[in-house]
Amino acid sequence: MKIITVSGPPSSGKTSVIIKAIEYLKKDNLEIGVIKFDSLSTYDDVLYKKIGVKVKVGLSGNICPDHYYMTNIEDCVKWGMSENLDMLISESAGLCNRCSPHIRDVLAICVVDNLSGINTPKKIGPMLRLADIVVITKGDIVSQAEREVFAFRVKQSNPRASIIFINGITGQGAYDLSLHLKEANEYESVTDKKLRFSMPAAVCSYCTGDIRIGDKYQTGNIRKIKL
Amino acid sequence: MLAKEDLASFKLEQILAKYTYARDFFISLGINEIDPNLTVKDFAGEINYDVLEDAGLNREQLIVNFLAFISRMEALKKSSRNVVESITIIGGNDKFGNAEHINLELKVGEVISIVGPTGSGKSRLLADIECLAQRDTPTNRQILLNGEVPDINKRFSMENKLVAQLSQNMNFVMDLSVQEFIRFHAESRMVANIETIIHEIVSCGNELAGEKFDQDTPLTQLSGGQSRALMIADTALLSLSPIVLIDEIENAGIDRRNAIELLVKEEKLVLISTHDPVLALMGDKRLVIKNGGISKIIDLSEEEKYYIDILEKVDKKMLNIRNHLRTGGVIDDKIISGLTGQ
Repeated sequence: MKIITVSGPPSSGKTSVIIKAIEYLKKDNLEIGVIKFDSLSTYDDVLYKKIGVKVKVGLSGNICPDHYYMTNIEDCVKWGMSENLDMLISESAGLCNRCSPHIRDVLAICVVDNLSGINTPKKIGPMLRLADIVVITKGDIVSQAEREVFAFRVKQSNPRASIIFINGITGQGAYDLSLHLKEANEYESVTDKKLRFSMPAAVCSYCTGDIRIGDKYQTGNIRKIKL
Repeated sequence: MLAKEDLASFKLEQILAKYTYARDFFISLGINEIDPNLTVKDFAGEINYDVLEDAGLNREQLIVNFLAFISRMEALKKSSRNVVESITIIGGNDKFGNAEHINLELKVGEVISIVGPTGSGKSRLLADIECLAQRDTPTNRQILLNGEVPDINKRFSMENKLVAQLSQNMNFVMDLSVQEFIRFHAESRMVANIETIIHEIVSCGNELAGEKFDQDTPLTQLSGGQSRALMIADTALLSLSPIVLIDEIENAGIDRRNAIELLVKEEKLVLISTHDPVLALMGDKRLVIKNGGISKIIDLSEEEKYYIDILEKVDKKMLNIRNHLRTGGVIDDKIISGLTGQ
Protein backbone atom coordinates (compact mmCIF):
# COMPACT_ATOMS: atom_id res chain seq x y z
CA MET A 1 0.00 0.00 0.00
CA LYS A 2 1.32 3.42 -0.96
CA ILE A 3 1.39 5.76 2.03
CA ILE A 4 1.40 9.55 1.79
CA THR A 5 1.29 12.20 4.50
CA VAL A 6 -0.24 15.55 3.62
CA SER A 7 -0.11 18.44 6.05
CA GLY A 8 -0.28 22.21 6.02
CA PRO A 9 -1.69 25.20 7.86
CA PRO A 10 -5.46 25.33 8.40
CA SER A 11 -7.49 26.44 5.35
CA SER A 12 -4.51 26.20 3.00
CA GLY A 13 -6.50 23.91 0.70
CA LYS A 14 -5.28 20.41 1.67
CA THR A 15 -8.59 18.67 1.12
CA SER A 16 -9.25 20.35 -2.24
CA VAL A 17 -5.76 19.50 -3.45
CA ILE A 18 -6.08 15.84 -2.41
CA ILE A 19 -9.54 15.51 -3.97
CA LYS A 20 -8.40 17.01 -7.27
CA ALA A 21 -5.40 14.68 -7.40
CA ILE A 22 -7.55 11.64 -6.52
CA GLU A 23 -9.88 12.46 -9.41
CA TYR A 24 -6.96 11.87 -11.77
CA LEU A 25 -6.02 8.63 -10.01
CA LYS A 26 -9.53 7.23 -10.32
CA LYS A 27 -9.06 6.29 -13.94
CA ASP A 28 -6.38 3.82 -12.80
CA ASN A 29 -9.05 2.12 -10.65
CA LEU A 30 -7.00 2.51 -7.49
CA GLU A 31 -8.66 1.82 -4.15
CA ILE A 32 -7.86 4.95 -2.13
CA GLY A 33 -8.42 5.70 1.54
CA VAL A 34 -8.01 8.92 3.49
CA ILE A 35 -7.51 9.51 7.19
CA LYS A 36 -8.64 13.00 8.06
CA PHE A 37 -7.07 14.31 11.26
CA ASP A 38 -8.60 17.42 12.76
CA SER A 39 -9.00 18.91 16.18
CA LEU A 40 -12.62 19.70 17.02
CA SER A 41 -14.78 18.90 14.03
CA THR A 42 -14.61 18.38 10.29
CA TYR A 43 -16.99 18.11 7.39
CA ASP A 44 -14.36 17.06 4.89
CA ASP A 45 -15.19 13.37 5.27
CA VAL A 46 -18.42 14.12 3.40
CA LEU A 47 -16.41 15.55 0.50
CA TYR A 48 -14.20 12.47 0.38
CA LYS A 49 -17.16 10.07 0.51
CA LYS A 50 -18.74 11.97 -2.37
CA ILE A 51 -15.87 11.04 -4.66
CA GLY A 52 -15.98 7.41 -3.59
CA VAL A 53 -13.03 7.37 -1.24
CA LYS A 54 -12.97 5.37 1.98
CA VAL A 55 -12.47 7.79 4.84
CA LYS A 56 -11.90 7.72 8.59
CA VAL A 57 -11.90 10.79 10.82
CA GLY A 58 -9.71 11.34 13.86
CA LEU A 59 -10.52 14.27 16.15
CA SER A 60 -7.81 15.10 18.64
CA GLY A 61 -9.99 17.17 20.99
CA ASN A 62 -7.91 18.45 23.88
CA ILE A 63 -4.75 16.58 22.90
CA CYS A 64 -1.91 18.08 20.81
CA PRO A 65 -3.01 17.16 17.25
CA ASP A 66 0.52 16.16 16.28
CA HIS A 67 0.90 13.71 19.16
CA TYR A 68 -2.59 12.40 18.50
CA TYR A 69 -1.63 11.75 14.88
CA MET A 70 1.56 9.96 15.93
CA THR A 71 -0.24 7.69 18.38
CA ASN A 72 -2.82 6.68 15.78
CA ILE A 73 -0.94 6.37 12.51
CA GLU A 74 0.09 2.75 13.08
CA ASP A 75 -3.53 1.67 13.51
CA CYS A 76 -4.60 3.75 10.53
CA VAL A 77 -2.12 1.88 8.33
CA LYS A 78 -3.47 -1.42 9.69
CA TRP A 79 -6.99 -0.27 8.78
CA GLY A 80 -5.81 0.60 5.27
CA MET A 81 -4.28 -2.86 4.86
CA SER A 82 -7.45 -4.56 6.11
CA GLU A 83 -9.47 -2.59 3.56
CA ASN A 84 -7.07 -3.70 0.80
CA LEU A 85 -6.28 -0.12 -0.16
CA ASP A 86 -3.78 0.66 -2.91
CA MET A 87 -3.11 4.06 -1.42
CA LEU A 88 -3.55 5.59 2.02
CA ILE A 89 -3.38 9.36 2.43
CA SER A 90 -3.25 10.95 5.86
CA GLU A 91 -4.36 14.55 6.01
CA SER A 92 -3.49 16.58 9.09
CA ALA A 93 -3.60 20.30 9.84
CA GLY A 94 -0.38 21.87 11.02
CA LEU A 95 -1.94 23.99 13.69
CA CYS A 96 1.13 25.50 15.31
CA ASN A 97 3.65 25.60 12.44
CA ARG A 98 6.04 23.49 14.53
CA CYS A 99 4.24 20.28 13.61
CA SER A 100 6.35 17.47 12.32
CA PRO A 101 4.16 14.77 10.82
CA HIS A 102 6.48 13.50 8.10
CA ILE A 103 7.86 9.97 8.32
CA ARG A 104 11.19 8.90 6.85
CA ASP A 105 10.85 7.33 3.38
CA VAL A 106 7.09 7.99 3.33
CA LEU A 107 6.10 10.54 0.68
CA ALA A 108 5.59 13.84 2.52
CA ILE A 109 3.56 16.72 1.13
CA CYS A 110 3.07 20.18 2.62
CA VAL A 111 0.34 22.48 1.33
CA VAL A 112 0.74 26.25 1.77
CA ASP A 113 -1.18 29.10 0.20
CA ASN A 114 -0.14 32.32 -1.49
CA LEU A 115 -2.40 34.41 0.71
CA SER A 116 -0.64 33.45 3.92
CA GLY A 117 2.05 36.12 3.51
CA ILE A 118 5.56 36.03 2.10
CA ASN A 119 7.18 35.35 5.45
CA THR A 120 5.12 32.24 6.06
CA PRO A 121 7.57 29.81 4.42
CA LYS A 122 10.18 30.94 6.96
CA LYS A 123 7.78 30.56 9.85
CA ILE A 124 6.82 26.96 9.21
CA GLY A 125 9.15 24.35 10.68
CA PRO A 126 9.73 20.68 9.83
CA MET A 127 6.31 20.32 8.22
CA LEU A 128 7.56 22.49 5.32
CA ARG A 129 11.33 22.20 5.58
CA LEU A 130 11.38 18.41 5.45
CA ALA A 131 8.57 17.79 2.95
CA ASP A 132 9.33 16.11 -0.39
CA ILE A 133 6.71 18.12 -2.25
CA VAL A 134 5.42 21.58 -1.44
CA VAL A 135 2.08 22.40 -3.01
CA ILE A 136 1.29 26.11 -3.35
CA THR A 137 -2.38 27.02 -3.66
CA LYS A 138 -4.52 30.11 -4.29
CA GLY A 139 -2.25 31.36 -7.06
CA ASP A 140 -5.28 32.36 -9.10
CA ILE A 141 -5.97 35.40 -6.95
CA VAL A 142 -2.51 36.92 -6.52
CA SER A 143 -0.17 38.42 -9.11
CA GLN A 144 2.38 36.43 -11.07
CA ALA A 145 5.21 38.25 -9.29
CA GLU A 146 3.85 37.44 -5.86
CA ARG A 147 3.57 33.79 -6.86
CA GLU A 148 7.19 33.84 -7.97
CA VAL A 149 8.39 35.56 -4.80
CA PHE A 150 6.42 33.17 -2.60
CA ALA A 151 7.81 30.15 -4.45
CA PHE A 152 11.32 31.55 -4.06
CA ARG A 153 10.80 31.83 -0.31
CA VAL A 154 9.59 28.25 -0.20
CA LYS A 155 12.71 27.23 -2.09
CA GLN A 156 14.86 29.04 0.45
CA SER A 157 13.16 27.19 3.30
CA ASN A 158 13.16 23.84 1.60
CA PRO A 159 15.59 23.67 -1.32
CA ARG A 160 15.11 19.91 -1.70
CA ALA A 161 11.38 19.86 -2.38
CA SER A 162 9.58 19.83 -5.70
CA ILE A 163 7.15 22.71 -5.90
CA ILE A 164 3.75 22.23 -7.52
CA PHE A 165 1.20 25.01 -8.05
CA ILE A 166 -2.37 23.84 -7.75
CA ASN A 167 -5.64 25.68 -8.17
CA GLY A 168 -7.88 23.89 -5.67
CA ILE A 169 -11.02 25.08 -7.43
CA THR A 170 -10.29 24.18 -11.05
CA GLY A 171 -7.76 21.46 -10.29
CA GLN A 172 -5.12 23.00 -12.54
CA GLY A 173 -1.79 21.48 -11.52
CA ALA A 174 -3.34 18.52 -9.68
CA TYR A 175 -2.44 16.19 -12.50
CA ASP A 176 1.27 16.75 -11.80
CA LEU A 177 0.69 15.88 -8.17
CA SER A 178 -1.19 12.71 -9.08
CA LEU A 179 1.90 11.49 -10.96
CA HIS A 180 4.02 12.03 -7.84
CA LEU A 181 1.48 10.19 -5.68
CA LYS A 182 1.76 7.17 -7.95
CA GLU A 183 5.51 7.13 -7.24
CA ALA A 184 5.06 6.93 -3.44
CA ASN A 185 6.79 4.11 -1.60
CA GLU A 186 4.72 1.12 -0.53
CA TYR A 187 4.62 -0.30 3.00
CA GLU A 188 2.52 -2.88 4.80
CA SER A 189 3.15 -1.28 8.16
CA VAL A 190 4.79 1.82 9.63
CA THR A 191 5.68 0.17 12.94
CA ASP A 192 9.28 1.03 13.94
CA LYS A 193 9.52 3.72 11.27
CA LYS A 194 10.79 7.08 12.44
CA LEU A 195 9.66 10.66 12.09
CA ARG A 196 11.89 12.97 10.08
CA PHE A 197 12.04 15.33 13.05
CA SER A 198 10.88 15.31 16.65
CA MET A 199 7.42 16.61 17.47
CA PRO A 200 6.84 19.72 19.56
CA ALA A 201 7.03 18.85 23.24
CA ALA A 202 4.54 19.90 25.84
CA VAL A 203 4.79 18.29 29.22
CA CYS A 204 3.78 20.87 31.75
CA SER A 205 1.10 21.48 34.37
CA TYR A 206 -1.27 22.87 31.74
CA CYS A 207 -1.12 19.61 29.81
CA THR A 208 -2.73 17.95 32.77
CA GLY A 209 -5.53 20.43 33.03
CA ASP A 210 -4.34 23.26 35.29
CA ILE A 211 -5.99 26.58 34.39
CA ARG A 212 -4.37 28.99 36.86
CA ILE A 213 -1.85 31.67 35.81
CA GLY A 214 1.36 32.00 37.83
CA ASP A 215 4.88 30.67 38.31
CA LYS A 216 3.92 28.65 41.33
CA TYR A 217 1.51 26.50 39.36
CA GLN A 218 3.97 25.68 36.60
CA THR A 219 5.91 22.43 36.49
CA GLY A 220 7.50 20.39 33.73
CA ASN A 221 8.81 21.51 30.35
CA ILE A 222 8.69 25.30 30.56
CA ARG A 223 10.24 27.98 28.37
CA LYS A 224 10.17 31.69 29.23
CA ILE A 225 10.42 34.81 27.07
CA LYS A 226 13.57 36.87 27.68
CA LEU A 227 12.01 40.26 28.50
CA MET B 1 33.09 26.75 -9.16
CA LEU B 2 33.77 24.75 -6.01
CA ALA B 3 33.01 21.08 -6.44
CA LYS B 4 29.58 20.43 -4.96
CA GLU B 5 30.38 17.29 -3.04
CA ASP B 6 33.24 19.02 -1.25
CA LEU B 7 31.35 22.18 -0.53
CA ALA B 8 30.57 21.15 3.03
CA SER B 9 34.32 20.94 3.79
CA PHE B 10 35.08 24.44 2.53
CA LYS B 11 35.41 27.35 4.91
CA LEU B 12 32.36 29.56 5.08
CA GLU B 13 34.59 32.50 4.24
CA GLN B 14 35.27 31.02 0.80
CA ILE B 15 31.68 29.97 0.28
CA LEU B 16 30.28 33.38 1.19
CA ALA B 17 32.73 35.06 -1.15
CA LYS B 18 31.75 32.81 -4.01
CA TYR B 19 28.02 32.53 -3.33
CA THR B 20 27.00 35.87 -1.88
CA TYR B 21 23.43 34.74 -1.25
CA ALA B 22 24.56 31.81 0.95
CA ARG B 23 24.14 33.96 4.06
CA ASP B 24 20.38 34.22 3.33
CA PHE B 25 20.03 30.52 4.00
CA PHE B 26 21.27 30.89 7.56
CA ILE B 27 19.38 34.12 8.15
CA SER B 28 16.14 32.43 7.09
CA LEU B 29 16.82 29.86 9.81
CA GLY B 30 17.33 32.60 12.37
CA ILE B 31 21.11 32.16 12.41
CA ASN B 32 22.59 35.62 12.07
CA GLU B 33 26.15 35.13 13.27
CA ILE B 34 28.41 33.07 11.09
CA ASP B 35 32.01 32.19 11.94
CA PRO B 36 33.75 32.53 8.54
CA ASN B 37 36.72 30.45 9.63
CA LEU B 38 34.72 27.25 10.07
CA THR B 39 33.75 24.80 7.37
CA VAL B 40 30.03 24.23 6.77
CA LYS B 41 30.29 20.86 8.51
CA ASP B 42 32.00 22.26 11.57
CA PHE B 43 29.71 25.23 11.68
CA ALA B 44 26.66 22.95 11.57
CA GLY B 45 28.28 20.96 14.37
CA GLU B 46 28.54 24.02 16.60
CA ILE B 47 25.05 25.43 16.16
CA ASN B 48 23.21 25.53 19.43
CA TYR B 49 20.65 22.75 19.93
CA ASP B 50 17.83 25.22 20.66
CA VAL B 51 18.50 27.04 17.40
CA LEU B 52 18.30 23.79 15.45
CA GLU B 53 15.15 22.83 17.29
CA ASP B 54 13.53 26.12 16.26
CA ALA B 55 14.78 25.77 12.71
CA GLY B 56 13.16 22.36 12.49
CA LEU B 57 16.28 20.66 11.14
CA ASN B 58 18.93 18.43 12.62
CA ARG B 59 22.62 18.93 11.75
CA GLU B 60 22.69 16.53 8.82
CA GLN B 61 19.43 17.84 7.39
CA LEU B 62 20.82 21.36 7.66
CA ILE B 63 23.91 20.49 5.64
CA VAL B 64 21.87 18.61 3.01
CA ASN B 65 19.46 21.54 2.69
CA PHE B 66 22.33 24.03 2.51
CA LEU B 67 23.97 22.17 -0.38
CA ALA B 68 20.62 21.82 -2.15
CA PHE B 69 20.05 25.54 -1.63
CA ILE B 70 23.34 26.49 -3.29
CA SER B 71 22.81 24.23 -6.28
CA ARG B 72 19.22 25.39 -6.74
CA MET B 73 20.20 29.05 -6.58
CA GLU B 74 23.00 28.44 -9.08
CA ALA B 75 20.53 26.78 -11.41
CA LEU B 76 18.23 29.76 -11.00
CA LYS B 77 21.03 32.19 -11.85
CA LYS B 78 21.91 30.26 -14.98
CA SER B 79 18.37 29.81 -16.22
CA SER B 80 18.00 32.06 -19.21
CA ARG B 81 14.83 33.48 -20.60
CA ASN B 82 14.65 32.14 -24.09
CA VAL B 83 14.83 28.40 -23.65
CA VAL B 84 11.58 27.97 -25.52
CA GLU B 85 11.18 29.00 -29.12
CA SER B 86 8.01 27.17 -29.95
CA ILE B 87 5.40 24.83 -28.58
CA THR B 88 3.42 22.37 -30.67
CA ILE B 89 -0.07 21.25 -29.77
CA ILE B 90 -0.86 17.78 -31.11
CA GLY B 91 -4.57 17.18 -30.94
CA GLY B 92 -6.25 14.64 -28.69
CA ASN B 93 -10.00 14.40 -28.41
CA ASP B 94 -12.96 16.43 -27.19
CA LYS B 95 -15.42 15.52 -24.42
CA PHE B 96 -17.25 13.11 -26.69
CA GLY B 97 -14.14 11.32 -27.85
CA ASN B 98 -14.00 12.96 -31.29
CA ALA B 99 -10.44 13.46 -32.56
CA GLU B 100 -9.14 17.02 -32.77
CA HIS B 101 -7.01 16.59 -35.92
CA ILE B 102 -4.64 19.35 -34.92
CA ASN B 103 -0.93 19.85 -35.22
CA LEU B 104 -0.30 23.45 -34.38
CA GLU B 105 3.04 25.12 -33.83
CA LEU B 106 3.03 28.35 -31.83
CA LYS B 107 6.18 30.49 -31.74
CA VAL B 108 7.42 33.06 -29.25
CA GLY B 109 6.47 36.53 -30.39
CA GLU B 110 3.07 35.30 -31.55
CA VAL B 111 -0.26 36.26 -30.06
CA ILE B 112 -2.94 33.59 -29.95
CA SER B 113 -6.45 34.26 -28.79
CA ILE B 114 -8.68 31.52 -27.45
CA VAL B 115 -12.43 31.88 -27.71
CA GLY B 116 -15.34 29.67 -26.74
CA PRO B 117 -18.31 29.60 -24.38
CA THR B 118 -17.76 29.38 -20.63
CA GLY B 119 -16.99 25.77 -19.72
CA SER B 120 -16.00 24.84 -23.28
CA GLY B 121 -12.50 23.80 -22.27
CA LYS B 122 -10.35 26.92 -22.58
CA SER B 123 -8.80 26.41 -19.16
CA ARG B 124 -8.14 22.76 -19.92
CA LEU B 125 -6.15 23.74 -23.01
CA LEU B 126 -4.13 26.21 -20.99
CA ALA B 127 -3.59 23.57 -18.30
CA ASP B 128 -2.39 21.06 -20.92
CA ILE B 129 0.20 23.58 -22.09
CA GLU B 130 1.25 24.38 -18.56
CA CYS B 131 1.87 20.77 -17.53
CA LEU B 132 3.29 19.81 -20.97
CA ALA B 133 0.67 17.10 -21.40
CA GLN B 134 1.93 13.87 -22.96
CA ARG B 135 -1.31 12.14 -23.94
CA ASP B 136 -1.88 11.58 -20.23
CA THR B 137 -4.49 14.24 -19.43
CA PRO B 138 -8.26 13.90 -20.04
CA THR B 139 -7.90 15.52 -23.50
CA ASN B 140 -5.11 13.15 -24.62
CA ARG B 141 -3.26 16.09 -26.12
CA GLN B 142 0.49 16.12 -26.51
CA ILE B 143 2.61 19.23 -26.20
CA LEU B 144 6.06 19.47 -27.77
CA LEU B 145 8.75 21.99 -26.84
CA ASN B 146 10.85 23.31 -29.71
CA GLY B 147 9.42 20.47 -31.81
CA GLU B 148 10.54 17.73 -29.45
CA VAL B 149 9.08 15.66 -26.64
CA PRO B 150 10.21 17.52 -23.47
CA ASP B 151 12.33 15.55 -21.04
CA ILE B 152 10.53 14.43 -17.93
CA ASN B 153 12.71 16.43 -15.55
CA LYS B 154 11.92 19.65 -17.34
CA ARG B 155 8.25 18.92 -16.98
CA PHE B 156 8.24 19.33 -13.25
CA SER B 157 11.17 21.56 -12.57
CA MET B 158 10.40 24.83 -10.92
CA GLU B 159 13.23 26.68 -12.66
CA ASN B 160 11.57 25.96 -15.98
CA LYS B 161 8.15 27.16 -15.06
CA LEU B 162 6.80 27.74 -18.54
CA VAL B 163 3.68 29.72 -18.03
CA ALA B 164 3.09 33.06 -16.34
CA GLN B 165 -0.56 33.85 -15.73
CA LEU B 166 -2.45 37.06 -15.61
CA SER B 167 -6.15 37.27 -14.93
CA GLN B 168 -8.86 39.66 -13.99
CA ASN B 169 -9.21 38.02 -10.57
CA MET B 170 -5.62 38.54 -9.58
CA ASN B 171 -4.80 41.16 -6.99
CA PHE B 172 -1.76 42.37 -5.17
CA VAL B 173 -1.91 41.12 -1.61
CA MET B 174 1.49 42.24 -0.34
CA ASP B 175 1.55 45.25 1.89
CA LEU B 176 4.44 46.96 0.12
CA SER B 177 5.16 49.97 -2.07
CA VAL B 178 5.53 49.47 -5.81
CA GLN B 179 9.28 49.85 -5.50
CA GLU B 180 9.71 47.42 -2.60
CA PHE B 181 7.56 44.90 -4.40
CA ILE B 182 9.64 44.97 -7.59
CA ARG B 183 12.78 44.74 -5.47
CA PHE B 184 11.48 41.54 -3.83
CA HIS B 185 10.69 40.07 -7.20
CA ALA B 186 14.05 41.04 -8.67
CA GLU B 187 15.88 39.56 -5.67
CA SER B 188 14.04 36.28 -6.09
CA ARG B 189 15.18 36.24 -9.70
CA MET B 190 18.75 37.07 -8.61
CA VAL B 191 18.85 40.03 -10.99
CA ALA B 192 22.07 42.03 -10.88
CA ASN B 193 20.94 45.59 -11.47
CA ILE B 194 17.88 46.02 -9.32
CA GLU B 195 17.59 49.84 -9.42
CA THR B 196 17.53 49.88 -13.22
CA ILE B 197 14.83 47.24 -13.42
CA ILE B 198 12.66 49.04 -10.85
CA HIS B 199 12.88 52.19 -12.93
CA GLU B 200 12.10 50.36 -16.18
CA ILE B 201 9.09 48.54 -14.81
CA VAL B 202 7.58 51.62 -13.19
CA SER B 203 7.93 53.73 -16.32
CA CYS B 204 6.67 50.92 -18.52
CA GLY B 205 3.68 50.35 -16.22
CA ASN B 206 2.93 54.06 -16.41
CA GLU B 207 2.89 53.98 -20.17
CA LEU B 208 0.25 51.29 -20.07
CA ALA B 209 -1.87 52.76 -17.28
CA GLY B 210 -4.34 55.54 -17.84
CA GLU B 211 -3.65 57.23 -14.50
CA LYS B 212 -0.04 57.59 -13.44
CA PHE B 213 1.45 56.11 -10.28
CA ASP B 214 4.86 56.51 -8.70
CA GLN B 215 7.20 53.99 -7.19
CA ASP B 216 6.31 54.86 -3.60
CA THR B 217 2.59 54.20 -4.06
CA PRO B 218 1.45 51.26 -1.90
CA LEU B 219 0.45 48.32 -4.09
CA THR B 220 -2.91 48.01 -2.41
CA GLN B 221 -3.79 51.61 -3.33
CA LEU B 222 -3.35 51.08 -7.07
CA SER B 223 -6.55 51.15 -9.13
CA GLY B 224 -7.61 48.08 -11.10
CA GLY B 225 -6.10 49.50 -14.29
CA GLN B 226 -2.84 50.51 -12.59
CA SER B 227 -2.51 47.08 -10.98
CA ARG B 228 -3.02 45.33 -14.28
CA ALA B 229 -0.53 47.66 -15.99
CA LEU B 230 2.09 46.99 -13.33
CA MET B 231 1.46 43.23 -13.47
CA ILE B 232 1.96 43.23 -17.24
CA ALA B 233 5.10 45.36 -17.13
CA ASP B 234 6.55 43.19 -14.38
CA THR B 235 5.67 39.95 -16.20
CA ALA B 236 7.19 41.25 -19.43
CA LEU B 237 10.44 42.49 -17.92
CA LEU B 238 11.07 40.30 -14.92
CA SER B 239 9.30 36.96 -15.25
CA LEU B 240 11.32 34.09 -16.74
CA SER B 241 8.34 32.24 -18.13
CA PRO B 242 8.35 32.28 -21.94
CA ILE B 243 4.60 31.80 -22.23
CA VAL B 244 2.15 34.36 -20.87
CA LEU B 245 -1.42 33.42 -20.36
CA ILE B 246 -3.93 36.21 -20.17
CA ASP B 247 -7.41 35.48 -18.94
CA GLU B 248 -9.28 38.66 -19.95
CA ILE B 249 -8.00 42.16 -19.25
CA GLU B 250 -10.61 44.79 -18.52
CA ASN B 251 -10.47 47.68 -20.94
CA ALA B 252 -10.84 50.32 -18.26
CA GLY B 253 -7.69 52.31 -17.68
CA ILE B 254 -5.16 50.28 -19.62
CA ASP B 255 -3.76 50.43 -23.12
CA ARG B 256 -4.31 46.84 -24.10
CA ARG B 257 -2.73 46.97 -27.52
CA ASN B 258 0.50 48.39 -26.11
CA ALA B 259 0.43 45.86 -23.30
CA ILE B 260 0.29 42.94 -25.72
CA GLU B 261 2.98 44.53 -27.91
CA LEU B 262 5.26 44.88 -24.91
CA LEU B 263 4.96 41.16 -24.15
CA VAL B 264 5.61 40.27 -27.78
CA LYS B 265 8.65 42.52 -27.87
CA GLU B 266 10.03 40.64 -24.86
CA GLU B 267 9.84 37.42 -26.88
CA LYS B 268 6.88 35.93 -25.09
CA LEU B 269 4.29 33.67 -26.60
CA VAL B 270 1.05 35.33 -25.58
CA LEU B 271 -2.19 33.36 -25.19
CA ILE B 272 -5.32 35.36 -24.51
CA SER B 273 -8.48 33.67 -23.37
CA THR B 274 -11.28 36.17 -23.87
CA HIS B 275 -14.91 37.00 -24.64
CA ASP B 276 -14.00 40.56 -25.65
CA PRO B 277 -14.07 41.21 -29.42
CA VAL B 278 -11.24 43.75 -29.44
CA LEU B 279 -8.98 41.51 -27.40
CA ALA B 280 -9.89 38.44 -29.47
CA LEU B 281 -8.87 40.22 -32.67
CA MET B 282 -5.45 41.06 -31.25
CA GLY B 283 -4.42 37.45 -31.88
CA ASP B 284 -2.56 36.49 -35.05
CA LYS B 285 -4.50 33.24 -34.75
CA ARG B 286 -7.77 32.48 -33.02
CA LEU B 287 -8.47 29.06 -31.53
CA VAL B 288 -12.14 28.23 -31.22
CA ILE B 289 -12.91 25.78 -28.42
CA LYS B 290 -16.04 23.66 -28.43
CA ASN B 291 -16.97 20.66 -26.24
CA GLY B 292 -13.48 20.49 -24.78
CA GLY B 293 -11.68 20.36 -28.13
CA ILE B 294 -10.13 22.85 -30.54
CA SER B 295 -12.80 22.94 -33.23
CA LYS B 296 -11.34 25.61 -35.52
CA ILE B 297 -8.24 27.71 -36.07
CA ILE B 298 -8.85 31.07 -37.68
CA ASP B 299 -6.02 33.20 -39.04
CA LEU B 300 -6.59 36.90 -38.59
CA SER B 301 -7.64 38.18 -42.00
CA GLU B 302 -6.81 41.55 -43.58
CA GLU B 303 -10.48 42.37 -43.35
CA GLU B 304 -10.57 41.67 -39.61
CA LYS B 305 -7.40 43.68 -39.11
CA TYR B 306 -9.09 46.60 -40.81
CA TYR B 307 -12.11 46.33 -38.51
CA ILE B 308 -10.12 46.30 -35.26
CA ASP B 309 -9.87 50.10 -35.36
CA ILE B 310 -13.61 50.47 -35.74
CA LEU B 311 -14.32 48.01 -32.95
CA GLU B 312 -11.89 49.88 -30.75
CA LYS B 313 -13.68 53.14 -31.43
CA VAL B 314 -17.03 51.60 -30.48
CA ASP B 315 -15.38 50.20 -27.39
CA LYS B 316 -14.02 53.61 -26.49
CA LYS B 317 -17.43 55.19 -26.92
CA MET B 318 -18.98 52.66 -24.54
CA LEU B 319 -16.21 53.39 -22.09
CA ASN B 320 -16.92 57.10 -22.31
CA ILE B 321 -20.59 56.48 -21.61
CA ARG B 322 -19.60 54.41 -18.60
CA ASN B 323 -17.51 57.27 -17.27
CA HIS B 324 -20.30 59.70 -18.10
CA LEU B 325 -22.75 57.68 -16.00
CA ARG B 326 -20.22 57.26 -13.24
CA THR B 327 -19.83 61.00 -12.87
CA GLY B 328 -23.55 61.58 -12.61
CA GLY B 329 -24.41 62.05 -16.31
CA VAL B 330 -27.68 61.03 -17.94
CA ILE B 331 -28.28 59.22 -21.21
CA ASP B 332 -29.93 61.42 -23.82
CA ASP B 333 -30.26 61.82 -27.60
CA LYS B 334 -26.86 63.42 -27.88
CA ILE B 335 -25.09 60.53 -26.19
CA ILE B 336 -26.90 57.91 -28.25
CA SER B 337 -26.33 59.63 -31.58
CA GLY B 338 -22.64 59.93 -30.67
CA LEU B 339 -22.63 56.17 -30.15
CA THR B 340 -24.43 55.15 -33.31
CA GLY B 341 -22.65 57.75 -35.40
CA GLN B 342 -25.92 59.29 -36.59
